[in-house]
Amino acid sequence: MSEQFHDDPLKVAENWMGEGRTVAVATVVETWGSAPRPVGSHLVIDADSNFEGSVSGGCVEGAVIADAMDVIETGEPKMLEFGVADETAWRVGLSCGGRIRVYVERLG
Amino acid sequence: MDPQSLKKLNAARAARQAIALVTDLGDGRDRVVHEGDGVAGDLGGALDRAFRTGKSGVVEVDGREFFINVHLPPPRLVVIGAVHISQAMAPMATLAGYDMEIIDPRTAFATPERFEGVRLDAEWPEAVLKQRPLDPYCALCAITHDPKIDDYPLKAALEAKCFYVGALGSRKTHAKRVERLLADGVPQKAIDTIASPIGLDIGASSPAEIAVAILAQVIEAFRKRQISPQMAVV
Repeated sequence: MSEQFHDDPLKVAENWMGEGRTVAVATVVETWGSAPRPVGSHLVIDADSNFEGSVSGGCVEGAVIADAMDVIETGEPKMLEFGVADETAWRVGLSCGGRIRVYVERLG
Repeated sequence: MDPQSLKKLNAARAARQAIALVTDLGDGRDRVVHEGDGVAGDLGGALDRAFRTGKSGVVEVDGREFFINVHLPPPRLVVIGAVHISQAMAPMATLAGYDMEIIDPRTAFATPERFEGVRLDAEWPEAVLKQRPLDPYCALCAITHDPKIDDYPLKAALEAKCFYVGALGSRKTHAKRVERLLADGVPQKAIDTIASPIGLDIGASSPAEIAVAILAQVIEAFRKRQISPQMAVV
């Protein structure tokens, strides 16, 4: 369990915060159909786009990190939605056919 | 996310306590709730469900959207006895998502060859459990038939309020065990919670069938457990 805790995104977020870094936390809050990561999964991002964890297993992380930069700057949380039926499907989307809602917020 | 919430969350998880982060998706405010905190109303009901099932999700209460992210400690299944039944239990428990470990001081029984892929301690339960104490997210099965080995961990499991405590043995064997535990100062009410004869009554006969019966009873105890203030780890 301790090993598993080592690269745990929430633990990483706390460590980064302790180092004085600004951190955004992205969380999968809803999924429909086949989604790669379960509800509650986290991706944490710092102001230099370093990240740990995952919300989709690689499909939409790039877009989430880009939005996290806005969230870090403004402090306003954002709700993102990804899926193949989405208008963003050509750019980013879930090839598995699922749909996910990701909440992105700043820590502090 | 409130930095204090994050710290509380991580501390509780490291201490194997059940905890949830509740975020109001409208204004972004969040708070940390421990299992058994007794939150009122519909949100409290949703939290109880989340703690029981371990499933996180969005709930709507009074027109507001909340996200409940629940973190349950992975349930530990501690089996006293490196016997035939535990050999059969090990792969089944792993499949069902339980972190199973076996304790048996009899080194002839507790050999790694017989229990590949499972944590095995060939030591007295007293020594092992002092280093790695039981908690409410543990199930304990005592199946050696030997009071010298079984009695201490049974008592420890009842004191730690393990969600399941089971002991192998006939009704006659169990009656003697009850006498010993009473003499040792264990309250009758606690003793009454011991599952004995162990396992669901499915007429299990072979060691593998008994393993199924025990594991089914463990799962039932975990999924149907009462979420109450007593359950909370302080």
